[in-house]
Amino acid sequence: MFDKYLICEHSLRNAGPTDAPEGFTFEAKLGYYRGLGLSMIEDIAVAIDGVELPRDAVRFDEGKGPLTLDQMATAYDRRWAFGETATLIVEYPGGFPPGEHNVSLRQKLRISYLPFPAINSDSKTLSL
Amino acid sequence: MDHNIKRGVSLYSFQEELFLGQMTVEDCVSFAASIGARGIEILPEQNMRSFPNVTDHEVGAWKDMMARHGCEMTCYDMFLDTKLRSDRLMTDEEQVESIRRDLILCNTLGIRNMRVLVFVRPDILERCVPYAEDLDVHMGVEVHAPWHIEHAWILRTIEVADRLGTRHLGLLPDMGIFMKHYPPVWRARFEREGARPEVAQFIVDQHDAKIMAEYTIYEVAVKMKGTPVEVRMAETLRHSPYSNPKRIRDFIPYFRHIQAKFYEMNTDDTDPSLAYDEVVAELIAGGWSGYLSSEYEGNRWVQDVQPVDSREQVRRQHRMFERLLSQRTGEQN
Repeated sequence: MFDKYLICEHSLRNAGPTDAPEGFTFEAKLGYYRGLGLSMIEDIAVAIDGVELPRDAVRFDEGKGPLTLDQMATAYDRRWAFGETATLIVEYPGGFPPGEHNVSLRQKLRISYLPFPAINSDSKTLSL
Repeated sequence: MDHNIKRGVSLYSFQEELFLGQMTVEDCVSFAASIGARGIEILPEQNMRSFPNVTDHEVGAWKDMMARHGCEMTCYDMFLDTKLRSDRLMTDEEQVESIRRDLILCNTLGIRNMRVLVFVRPDILERCVPYAEDLDVHMGVEVHAPWHIEHAWILRTIEVADRLGTRHLGLLPDMGIFMKHYPPVWRARFEREGARPEVAQFIVDQHDAKIMAEYTIYEVAVKMKGTPVEVRMAETLRHSPYSNPKRIRDFIPYFRHIQAKFYEMNTDDTDPSLAYDEVVAELIAGGWSGYLSSEYEGNRWVQDVQPVDSREQVRRQHRMFERLLSQRTGEQN
């Protein structure tokens, strides 16, 4: 749902010191027609330029401080609100050179009334 | 025949524009009022920033907004996160407590109808009835495709309501259960994704003939060597029931609000898929009163190729409602 809107345009940045980036960040929205508690976001998979990054390299921050995906699983008092952007922070020593990069995002949500997980995915070329 | 059926809109209808920040909630309410749809159905988990700990300030702001536009809140769409935790389901006690939280907020907002997700167990709702009665909120179990109004699961809620003799537990029909024809906007999307036109036509024809979904899925998957997208299109038939509109009258005592689902309106203000003409006639004949609350769900079927215009779609549906609601009252005849 809302797949093509998940990755926010113009949001890709290197993270950390300019001369020695430690990774990159970008903004994303939740592919759902309501907000959802963070514990029900089972996975956020990120790939850049075709390279799938490990789960433990990804941090999520909806505005209340970064969490690992494992920490999100028990963050019962936090929500990703409908239509609101969150920052995804990805460890990637060295960061990326300036230019265009293809970013892919896949969200796996545990929606209580669905018999199966909901999967949303988006892929966009962003400029760094 | 006179009737007391009113026109309203669910904020669900504007999910595309709300998600993209192209409309605010107040824009939606203002638009609804402009087309005479003065009943507003809300999804607190979509529309209320401080959910679940909704502040008095936010409650007041919503009531003020309704007053500014001459509208009223008609229905509260609840959710129940039984799978909140990955290690276990919510206990029964936790489920009752979550529903009670919603009933209290619903009452605080001055809303007397709560849409209950269809998957909520009838025995859980039975335990919530005393709270619903105390707060004077009707819990309407959403009769949503692929369930239908006489599905055994739905009848379990009726059984509980009858046994308790309560007027605070019943149903809330979603008009998607009256799918007379396959939605053209669904078909078009599958064709854009690569479904062969002749296979899409076969699926549409099978639906029109009301052939049971499993036959069609087998034909498409095996005999026609269907591609994955063609099989997915055939599988939508499992979720596309055409309930008998004549039967809705018998259930009128159990529902007070209707989610007027639709996927796309024709430019001549007719619905190519759902049998509104037949259903509205039954509601009028049965003396039902309540809101027909627009639930536009077409955005996800067209957003890949065109800008979504939820306002135009809702406007067309309301012109259809005006026609269907006036034809039989003698106002225009």
